[in-house]
Amino acid sequence: MRLFNFNGGVKPEPHKKDAAELPIAVSPAPTFLVIPLHQSIGGTPRPLVNAGDLVLKGQRIGAADVSTLGEMSSAVHASTSGQVVAVEERCMPHPSGLSALCVIIQPDGRDQWIARQPFDYRHHSPSDTRAYLRDAGIVGLGGAVFPTHLKISSGKHSALDTLIINGAECEPFITCDDRLMRERADAVLRGIVILRELLNARQVLIGIEDNKPEALAAIQAALTTCTEKNDAAIKVVAVPTRYPAGGAKQLIRMLTGIEVPHGKRATDYGVQCFNVGTAYAVYEAIALGQPLVSRIVTVAGNVAAPRNYEVLIGTPMKDLIAHSHPLDDTNRLIMGGPMMGVTMPGADVPVIKATNCILVGSPKLFPPPPPEMPCIRCGECAKACPADLQPFELYWFSRAKIFGKAQEYHLFDCIECGCCAYVCPSNIPLVDYYRFAKSEIWAHEREKASADEARERYEFRQLREAREQQEKAARLAAKTAASRAALLANMAENNPVSNATLVSENTSGATTPAKPAAPTPAELIAAALARARAQATEAKNTTHLSTAQQAEIDAIEARRAEIRTQAQPHFPPDD
Amino acid sequence: MLPALLIMALGAVLLGAALGFAAVKFRVEGDPLTEKIDAILPQTQCGQCGYPGCKPYATAIAKGEADINQCPPGGDEGIRKLADLLGREYKPLSAEHGVEKPKALAVIDEARCIGCTLCIQACPVDAIVGAAKQMHTVIAAQCTGCELCVPPCPVDCIAMVPIAEDISNWKWKYPVVAIKPVATR
Repeated sequence: MRLFNFNGGVKPEPHKKDAAELPIAVSPAPTFLVIPLHQSIGGTPRPLVNAGDLVLKGQRIGAADVSTLGEMSSAVHASTSGQVVAVEERCMPHPSGLSALCVIIQPDGRDQWIARQPFDYRHHSPSDTRAYLRDAGIVGLGGAVFPTHLKISSGKHSALDTLIINGAECEPFITCDDRLMRERADAVLRGIVILRELLNARQVLIGIEDNKPEALAAIQAALTTCTEKNDAAIKVVAVPTRYPAGGAKQLIRMLTGIEVPHGKRATDYGVQCFNVGTAYAVYEAIALGQPLVSRIVTVAGNVAAPRNYEVLIGTPMKDLIAHSHPLDDTNRLIMGGPMMGVTMPGADVPVIKATNCILVGSPKLFPPPPPEMPCIRCGECAKACPADLQPFELYWFSRAKIFGKAQEYHLFDCIECGCCAYVCPSNIPLVDYYRFAKSEIWAHEREKASADEARERYEFRQLREAREQQEKAARLAAKTAASRAALLANMAENNPVSNATLVSENTSGATTPAKPAAPTPAELIAAALARARAQATEAKNTTHLSTAQQAEIDAIEARRAEIRTQAQPHFPPDD
Repeated sequence: MLPALLIMALGAVLLGAALGFAAVKFRVEGDPLTEKIDAILPQTQCGQCGYPGCKPYATAIAKGEADINQCPPGGDEGIRKLADLLGREYKPLSAEHGVEKPKALAVIDEARCIGCTLCIQACPVDAIVGAAKQMHTVIAAQCTGCELCVPPCPVDCIAMVPIAEDISNWKWKYPVVAIKPVATR
């Protein structure tokens, strides 16, 4: 099979050996699980449990929010059985160190599952399958945590040409996909077969970097023994080891030669890409009926025993890294690898679906970056950029806060892989500048959208007020016209002579339709006086009174008069 | 001589016709400058500029009746953008029109609300729901933070609460290089 190439990339020291040699260990349930509700791209799931509730392993504790962003949300589940202690804000594994709503569960130690039922996707509609995957909390486990059901839906219109399974795992230190493929190749392959059927893909290419010969062999062996694959359209491909071969666009380019242009998606070219971990999660959800409650996490770096663990989602990082015995000079934790990872605000933050690796750092292992020096325009960053961008241009515009220009240079095609900063001889933290520029642009866009909505609502209100005023004026005019007409009719009854003149006037002006002539002011005044007189002679509620009532009123009036004289002794009473 | 004159005359007529046609065909509705200015203004509709909304202020700027530094919610950045668009000199925000504040949302203390509807009538973007003698509440997503609902409230139950930073609106900070003291001899 012919392999293609992507431009740029770097070859950092892999540091994978230690953790990759040991089998996956199961990390026991901690004292408390802290499960954030918002773990995927999209809307925040709404909590389904309250403090004090008993939950089982795999029970849904957060329902996907389908109201705000369409289907862009994914459910979360209790990782083990136990009692909900609280639903409260906790510090998130996020560079900001800000808090968000989490469900805190105290495990009961029984690890008791909910009733698990395999999902028969062959006898359900695609939309049912998508809803099932959404409610099983399946998201992309390569690190981007994009809800998987949304990627399945893209294949509904036309058959997919190529399904790419990403087992490249190019970032240093991380070995969770490697171990998963070595130990659970059959399950991974079954997940791939399910994905292939759901997407109706013509061929499947499993891309694995050639520095993982055991994983390649394991998947190949599983493929030869697999009975479900029914044809030879699934291929395992060894790709050359070069960072970032595991980037979706880079892997697609290497395997198919398709370069996804700016503003397009891989699905527009009949290609879809899933991580091997996601394929495994899909297998567990569909074939075993288990929602996503755990994942494989590499613990590496400044630890005595680097290893991969199967970790319950929500396990605090300090409990997990304790199994690997961090060394004394540990000063920080990094979620992800050394190239793209972000420093955690503390060791109490939980493992989430996006956590593929916890890199324990020390000043010796990851020394603070040397001071940033001026850009010397050497162009090394452009040579290293795997997205074919011009990092130096992006850097200048981001640094100068000229965000429009940065966007023109396709800032949003940057995958933040860190190759440019890795090769920069001036030690410029280029990715930090891009992240800064991106979040500023997003904030601007949010502001713009809300300003547009405010303008629309303001203009609608102006319109509505004008309409209401018009309607009020029209109502008033109609009322005046009606009362005039009634008056005219009244006058015509009382004064047949004027009525006759009116009629004769009307008939004489033959072409004009019968239109009541306006009464003269004198007539109007006379009519108003007549109405006032009529009102004066109308019965009031005091007109017909029994003698008893009259006596009561007189007594009350007498009391009032007395009170008045007492209250104001110096003044005569009002009336 | 005559053919030359005729050719020139014919050319003039043809070009005139083409221009006349273009003027009718590609006629621009509305005032594009007002639209551009309005797009820069923050659409708070607060009236602090002295005009009854962002659009009237934009119209006044376009006509040259108003200055560009009268919009406190737009802040310094807004003034710079207006200065750029109109080719004028930047000037600081005029103090008589107010000061730039962090964006806030109106929050009604629902226990104290008496349901008078006065704030509903004051809200320029219809972001308050409620009915006479019923509790009122602010639709947070649509509140522009204009503060126009605060003065009419007879029981002072509306507070302006600054928007707190959370994970969805958190921004990466501008990279700053930490300066280390040099070892002294």
